[in-house]
Amino acid sequence: MSTILFLEQALNSLQFGLMLFLLAAGLTLVFGIMDMINLAHGSLYMIGAYLMAELVTQTGSFWVALPLALVATALVGAALEVSLLRTLYERDHLTQVLATFAIILIANEAVRMIWGPQSIMLNAPAGLTGPVQLPGGMQYASYRLAIIGVGVLVALVLYFLVTKTRVGMLVRAGASNREMAVAMGVNIRRLFTAVFALGAALCALAGAMLGPILAVQVGMGENILILAFVVIVIGGIGSIRGAFVGSLLVGLVDTMGRALLPIAFAKMFPPQVASNLGPALSSIMIYVLMAAVLFLRPQGLFPARG
Amino acid sequence: MKKIVILAIVACAFPLAMHALDQGFYISFATRVLIYAMAAASLNLVLGYGGMVSFGHAAFFGAGAYIVGILTFEGVTSAWLTWPAAVAVAALAALVIGALSLRTRGVYFIMITLAFAQMMYYIFVSMKAYGGDDGLSLPRRSSLGFGVDLRNDFAWYYVVLFLLMIILYLLHRLVHSRFGRVIEAIRENETRAAAIGYPVYRYQLACFVISGAIAGLAGALIANQTSYVSPAILHWVQSGTLMIMVILGGVGRFWGGPAGAAVLLTLEEVFSGSKLLGPYALHWQLPVGVILLAVVLFAPRGIAGAFAKRPQ
Amino acid sequence: MRMIWAAAAAAFAVNAQAANELKIGYLSTLSGPAGAIGVEVRDGFNLAIKMAGNKLGGLPTEVIFADDTLNPEMGKQLAERLLKRDRVNLMTGVIFSNVMLAAWPTIQEGKVFYIAPNSTPTRITGEGCNPYFVSASWPNEGHHEAAGHYAKSKGYKSMYLIAPNYPAGKDATTGFKRGFGGAISAEVYTKLNQLDYSAELAQIRAAKPAALYAFLPGGMGINFIKQFVAGGLSAEVPLVVPGFAADQDIIRAVGEPMLGIFDTSHWAVDLDNDANRKFVAAFEKEYKRIPSLFAEQGYTTALLIDAAVRSAKGRIEDVPAFHKALMAAPGRMKSPRGDFKMAHNGTPVQDYYLRVVAKDSQGRLVNKKIGTVVSGLGDFWAKDCKMK
Repeated sequence: MSTILFLEQALNSLQFGLMLFLLAAGLTLVFGIMDMINLAHGSLYMIGAYLMAELVTQTGSFWVALPLALVATALVGAALEVSLLRTLYERDHLTQVLATFAIILIANEAVRMIWGPQSIMLNAPAGLTGPVQLPGGMQYASYRLAIIGVGVLVALVLYFLVTKTRVGMLVRAGASNREMAVAMGVNIRRLFTAVFALGAALCALAGAMLGPILAVQVGMGENILILAFVVIVIGGIGSIRGAFVGSLLVGLVDTMGRALLPIAFAKMFPPQVASNLGPALSSIMIYVLMAAVLFLRPQGLFPARG
Repeated sequence: MKKIVILAIVACAFPLAMHALDQGFYISFATRVLIYAMAAASLNLVLGYGGMVSFGHAAFFGAGAYIVGILTFEGVTSAWLTWPAAVAVAALAALVIGALSLRTRGVYFIMITLAFAQMMYYIFVSMKAYGGDDGLSLPRRSSLGFGVDLRNDFAWYYVVLFLLMIILYLLHRLVHSRFGRVIEAIRENETRAAAIGYPVYRYQLACFVISGAIAGLAGALIANQTSYVSPAILHWVQSGTLMIMVILGGVGRFWGGPAGAAVLLTLEEVFSGSKLLGPYALHWQLPVGVILLAVVLFAPRGIAGAFAKRPQ
Repeated sequence: MRMIWAAAAAAFAVNAQAANELKIGYLSTLSGPAGAIGVEVRDGFNLAIKMAGNKLGGLPTEVIFADDTLNPEMGKQLAERLLKRDRVNLMTGVIFSNVMLAAWPTIQEGKVFYIAPNSTPTRITGEGCNPYFVSASWPNEGHHEAAGHYAKSKGYKSMYLIAPNYPAGKDATTGFKRGFGGAISAEVYTKLNQLDYSAELAQIRAAKPAALYAFLPGGMGINFIKQFVAGGLSAEVPLVVPGFAADQDIIRAVGEPMLGIFDTSHWAVDLDNDANRKFVAAFEKEYKRIPSLFAEQGYTTALLIDAAVRSAKGRIEDVPAFHKALMAAPGRMKSPRGDFKMAHNGTPVQDYYLRVVAKDSQGRLVNKKIGTVVSGLGDFWAKDCKMK
């Protein structure tokens, strides 16, 4: 396999991993701090993408619509948390699963009723629609580079927020020991709402950024949700650093698996076997990765809880 | 006891009533409910009684279905061969997956079981010889002999009902036996159970395997019901649906599985097939979602829990 | 086959009245990423019924819709419900081949005619052919074979193929290879409803093929083309697609990046005949958008049913008579695609045109017909069908 192909796949995995990070970060915080399994996280991703598409149509500008979409989705998330999800914190995980699953159904249908069943248009902003020439003679979609840029930027901002600010310290305290944090006088209700809203905004960012390359359609959240759960389990629940490393690992294994395994298999096995085995194995790779991590470090790579 | 007798009588009379009302389609629908009741009951054993949240139960359900599918496709049509084979393979899968997964706890157990189920899903998707992603059509339903033709909706319904009754009876004996009490003790406080001297791992594994075996039987039945198997039956969404049924019906309550299956499938059918809703019937997931939410908020112990006597 | 006619004749003898209303079971994919195609077909179908005053063939017509959500098992159950509970006397609507193959045994058992507005799998039209199955769209390999002819005429030295991993995807590569007849540098099958093609596109770039043939309908096509253009590949690799990967539903979601793409289709929005002009004008007025070829298929399906029911005088349960009427129906109607015939296995024999994505007189993006690629192309597998 040529160097250019390898580099292109490496960039692809980086892009995919960073977007997964946006989703996983919110999910791991909610799970770590509020101890809540939120299946509707994928729905917030979908709502973010739809709101973004709608705002781009209304305002005519990608970059104007983006912050508006983030704020709008954060508000939706906050509203959801205050009205409904708050009652679930005290309930057991299974009840949370049932309730958030119900929210998925309702959200899917609501979106379908408002925007219709067809996929809606969300295109990359002008100037980022074509490829860019990279050193080494390779062409790469400029928009995907922008995604990588945004992903890295957000990762840095989150890192700064969580480790260097007071709010971040409260979040970390809540993640590692909630009862103690409450006992120390942290206004837990406001913190939870803020964390949830932040998670929703991150989902919206992922949805808005991925919209131009994936389709904006009803049910787009469910597939990526399962990957986000795999990421936070690998990374360790409640840890942003874990989410970052986990998502990059998953992005790498998934993309490289899909790209390299079929080629490797074609060299080792007859075509009939290779064409069946290759894709099957590459789909399984992330689950094998997760199982391997759990056997070696059952709490994940960077567990937040002591 | 009296309630169970009434339930049994209603279940037996149902197809006759539907036939009289010329609503033959609902016999087929009811059979599907019975099959999912069995699958949900099997999950409830391991999830409700055992406290092990298995997110990969579709693996055993689907394994049973595929064994019947593959064997029937290859010409082996006798139910006396294919159905026990389905149960055996599902039990074996449960043994392997359980042995590996039960070393973890909590959310990690959930994710590991999910991972194994997804692995099985992708393996079956890639099996082009047996349809792969497109699925496999069964040329016919299994043959039972004794002059019983399972293609007849009536005969099929009663066979499934009979099997469900046997399974529920066995489950009832199991959860009220010493085994059942130990499993529940382990669920309540694992450390204490281990301290008393019970081999926790072995009990949990046994529970897991029994649950998987029953799910395999349900899978064998669903393959016959639709005369079709596809990898979708192994997908995590299927596992999720079974979990929703159990949670809806009441986790750890004996009738939780069957109640949840009956309610969820009936809601789906009522809303999606409703003539009243007209074109809005396409949006059936909305009222179903609202009702599920209502159950969470107002019937915290599930539907079976809502009808049960208040605990002392 | 003789057994079917005998059984049908017996049934006819017992129950030879004409139907007094049409209850059409419409099983289709109306939601999810692939739902856009189903919605297009349905809209064309509904338009024709509306324009006929809610009567097809002179009979009051009721259409009962069911959404299979691209799930073959769901499709099978819904087919059962439509046939057993709703007692439909005609069926149509299925978009995807895997749903079609799963539901077909149930439809056959239900003994009603099925008119295909889209998916026409070779498993049903070849050796497994059956009088109950008649298609108003095209044989699954049709567009691909035509595209192969086009690639051959362009003199491409070899072709790189990409299609989703399901029956219609296999039909696509098979048909294309037959029409093209040349060297194939690679054959890649992607997961059905896969959304991100970055890995496949990287491989295409590295392979530097002479040209690329991509069959990716609906949401898959939208993403593929967006990503293909964004990665700069549109400048490096000539892309040929079948008509349904470049039609209005894709254009609406992708926009300008699609200009200049060549595709082959059995219909174009600017075809020069009265029926087409009437169809396009009515569709644009009713739905405020330009119709795609899927809409034309739905429309022609309804017209076919109308002509056949009319000439069979409502006797849709009379299998030989209705089958004969369906076979002759293309000659008794004016379809927007022009004239076409029905082969003995129930598939259309028609012309395929070369189209290009360009702007029309009002500056809107459409597929313009620039020539005819092949005339009178039928289903290759009709040879395996032993029906008379």
